[in-house]
Amino acid sequence: MPKTEIIAAQEPKNMDTAILRLTVNNHPGVMLQICGLFARRNFNLDGIFCTAIEQGETSCIWLKVDETDKLDQVIKQLVKLEDVLAVAERGDARREISEMEAMLVRCS
Amino acid sequence: MPRLNGAQIIIRQLERQGVQIVTGIPGGANLPLYDALAASTAIRHVLARHEQGAGFIAQGIARASGQTAVCFATSGPGATNILTALADAYLDSVPLVCITGQVPRALIGTDAFQEVDTYGMSMPITKHNYLVRSAADLLTLIPKAFRLAGSGRPGPVLIDVPKDVQTEVVEFEHWPELCPVNAHRADDPEAIETAAAMINQAARPILYLGGGVIHAGAAAEARHLAEQGAIPTVMTLMGLGILPSDHPLSLGMLGMHAARATNLAMEECDLLIAAGVRFDDRATGRLSGFCPQAKVIHVDIDASEIGKLRSADAGITGDARHAFADLLLQVRQQDRQQWNGRIRQLQQDFPRFDAEDFAPGRPFHLIRRVAELAGPEALISTDVGKHQMWVAQAYPFTFPRQLLTSGGLGTMGFGLPAAIGAALAFPERPVVCFSGDGSLQMNIQELATAVEQQAAVKIVVLNNRSLGLVRQQQRLFYEQHYFASSYGIAVDFAAIARGFGMRAVDLEGADDPDALLQQAMREPGPCLINVPIDIEEEVTPMVPPGAANTTMIGGDHAKN
Repeated sequence: MPKTEIIAAQEPKNMDTAILRLTVNNHPGVMLQICGLFARRNFNLDGIFCTAIEQGETSCIWLKVDETDKLDQVIKQLVKLEDVLAVAERGDARREISEMEAMLVRCS
Repeated sequence: MPRLNGAQIIIRQLERQGVQIVTGIPGGANLPLYDALAASTAIRHVLARHEQGAGFIAQGIARASGQTAVCFATSGPGATNILTALADAYLDSVPLVCITGQVPRALIGTDAFQEVDTYGMSMPITKHNYLVRSAADLLTLIPKAFRLAGSGRPGPVLIDVPKDVQTEVVEFEHWPELCPVNAHRADDPEAIETAAAMINQAARPILYLGGGVIHAGAAAEARHLAEQGAIPTVMTLMGLGILPSDHPLSLGMLGMHAARATNLAMEECDLLIAAGVRFDDRATGRLSGFCPQAKVIHVDIDASEIGKLRSADAGITGDARHAFADLLLQVRQQDRQQWNGRIRQLQQDFPRFDAEDFAPGRPFHLIRRVAELAGPEALISTDVGKHQMWVAQAYPFTFPRQLLTSGGLGTMGFGLPAAIGAALAFPERPVVCFSGDGSLQMNIQELATAVEQQAAVKIVVLNNRSLGLVRQQQRLFYEQHYFASSYGIAVDFAAIARGFGMRAVDLEGADDPDALLQQAMREPGPCLINVPIDIEEEVTPMVPPGAANTTMIGGDHAKN
């Protein structure tokens, strides 16, 4: 079963960030794996949001990625992580992510 | 119903996986594991003298046999010591399972004695890693670790086991199924068809083969493909042995220390058929200048390698053996006389070797002589440095997995323990370790392991009393500011080897060095052979780091 899925985003091609939704095994260390991958591969991560789903067996992680040129490579490297169960490109969720960002700024 | 503790589950699972040798060193946090290992009759333990040695002995087993090998270390310094061997395995895609002890669960995070964050530290240098939280988890986790290490692109997997998980007793119904290693056949007939058409149409194709071809067991298919299409073939350091060195289509190693004609031929090629390679900078030189006219077919089992550094006109994600078998059905038989004629012309204009390279006392003479004495079955390990490149350039390799060398990480200290591992895996085969005086001193304690295990390793030390490749770079690129690259004292390696109980000969000042060498190579058992090498002997040609591969310094044919 392919781990990757691209949900056709009806948005201009020249967007400089991409939105990814990962499904991952929920255990201590998974966030470190994701963040570590971005750090050591020199990929830029603009935002991260994570919460447990399905009775805590898995988590979903939303990533805002500032790497549209290298996005293919970012996804391929994420898919290789054993604890990453699925990766979807979700341009369709851009508005919700922006609202969440605005909310986080308001909360501070 | 089995009732076992975590340590016993681990050992029993290793036995079920068919593991026959475990290397390692015991310590406080993995003593339950050693207690369980002591009770095993199926597994032989090889006690190393340093955890890095244990890791590299396991690598030697894995590299020579292709099977996943296992090493143990304790927590803290044991774990940090073995990390270099894991990083090395990660970069060269070698299947290892490393099991480390950890402080008890309740003490994790308290800076306990010999506690380090092994899980965190090993994350970027392993294919996957685990911190085990209960003994019951070990039942499924060990088979999973073996599946991961050996499947797809192989690599090291680390399992960190707290001491109280090792002693925790579990009762369970039955042993879980072993996990088969996943097959990775490319299922992309369209890509195969495109690639085959590109090969058939190419006037000047080159096959560019690396370690992935060896991991896939695809050397025979690679050779068929080369012969069917009369395609000249280059190999990376990790790919040496795929084609025999004397095969008419073999252009040897490409890149920083390739033959001039090889790098010049690549400049002219119109199609690069890359398989099991990752366009490493030591192979490609400046990427924008690498095969600038060529279209690219890239076969790799790891999808992320395709297009990572050089975009591919046809990408085939799958193992090289199946991809080549599929291609062979569609690639036309042709002789490509013009292209092969052009390459022969380049080889005549820029000959690889000069007669004087083989004068007695010169490195190539020694390497070829050792090859004669060791015979065609011999397994060869190297350390890292000038001797490694000389061996890559001049040793007559004839089969895959013959050369064990640290390619990606370039770890000095790799050679001796890797050779011990090869000798343990293949006790009936001759094993030679080419080393340097710098490299050997980085894991010299494993001489004791070689003697204790009676691993029949012949260690040939090319001794130039310096860090030769560093010195060469200082000469070429730092205005001959030689600093910290030569040793102030002459170490008597033969005396040191004898101190460890190993036979040793020193060719320095010998009346008949060849007779001494012959005798040392022929007697059974381990032996160290110290060979003085002139400090000014250089590795040529050399592409300066960051330059295009057509910029080659040195050698007697530097006339292009």
